[in-house]
Amino acid sequence: MWAFIHKLGSPQWFYAISARLQPWFWTAAALLIGVGTVWGLAFAPADYQQGNSFRIIYVHVPAAFLAQSIFVAMAAAGLVFMVWKIKIADMAAAVMAPLGAAMTFIALFSGAVWGVPTWGTWWMWDARLTSMLILLFLYFGVIALRGAFSSRHSASRAASVLAMVGVINIPIIKYSVDWWYTLHQPATFSVTSRPAMPMEMWLPLLIMVLGFYSFFIALTLMRTRSEILRREANKRWVRELIGEAG
Amino acid sequence: MAFASFADFIAMGGHAPYVWAAWAVSALLLGGSVLHARTERRLLLRHLRRRSRREQRTGGHPEPSQRSCSMVSQHGVARHDDT
Repeated sequence: MWAFIHKLGSPQWFYAISARLQPWFWTAAALLIGVGTVWGLAFAPADYQQGNSFRIIYVHVPAAFLAQSIFVAMAAAGLVFMVWKIKIADMAAAVMAPLGAAMTFIALFSGAVWGVPTWGTWWMWDARLTSMLILLFLYFGVIALRGAFSSRHSASRAASVLAMVGVINIPIIKYSVDWWYTLHQPATFSVTSRPAMPMEMWLPLLIMVLGFYSFFIALTLMRTRSEILRREANKRWVRELIGEAG
Repeated sequence: MAFASFADFIAMGGHAPYVWAAWAVSALLLGGSVLHARTERRLLLRHLRRRSRREQRTGGHPEPSQRSCSMVSQHGVARHDDT
């Protein structure tokens, strides 16, 4: 087990294995998002109260899921980097942050335009909305902190610490709809109870969520590989790899 | 199919601006992420290949000029202390 983890932490090994995994996740992402988009936009029945504006849910919920999951993944990678000094974890954390910020922005933006026809307002200082806005600023903080140091090691440590401290916001986002039930509706997905939506609305949503997760994994693999080449540019194996290919 | 015609689909029952704005921003950011990742990789590989060719010409000795190269950022090849 430890040998495996050690191997996984080797950039050269990760570079090779991720090359083989990547196409699968890109294919899955394209298929799932493609099917989910057509199903959600054109075939799912309109909501009896909200009409067709409810179709925003098919980008809103997957983006909001990823926004939170990516932050947790980033904090976990930060912990792995701080405790075991595994550099690949820091590289992955570095490339995750911009996508996490993009997902948070999609969630906030799609929520705002959804709010206009549904709640009659695009923004309110509701607990869920506010904690998501804080998440966006935390992402900006992590990205800015990384660029603020001339030493990469200091930058990595600072970004890891902020991600680990900031992760406290995630349970606040999750339970905000239960603790302060003001505007935003409670969760759509639940492990324990049956979905409150009819199946033909809920299934495309599940497909979109899985598609977004595949997209996240594929993009993170791809960008981590670039980050490996950049940081290990002077290592012998990268020089040999480039020499052979070019 | 939840719509009678294509025009109906575009109109989204009067909710067109909201639905299409949310979807357009999502598509732009997802597509932009892929484009960014591809450009990043292409530029990086081009830079590394150029360096490799340059070094083959000079007999495997890194040139001092590459220390200030911008593509492999200040955290990359330019630093040797923390690799």
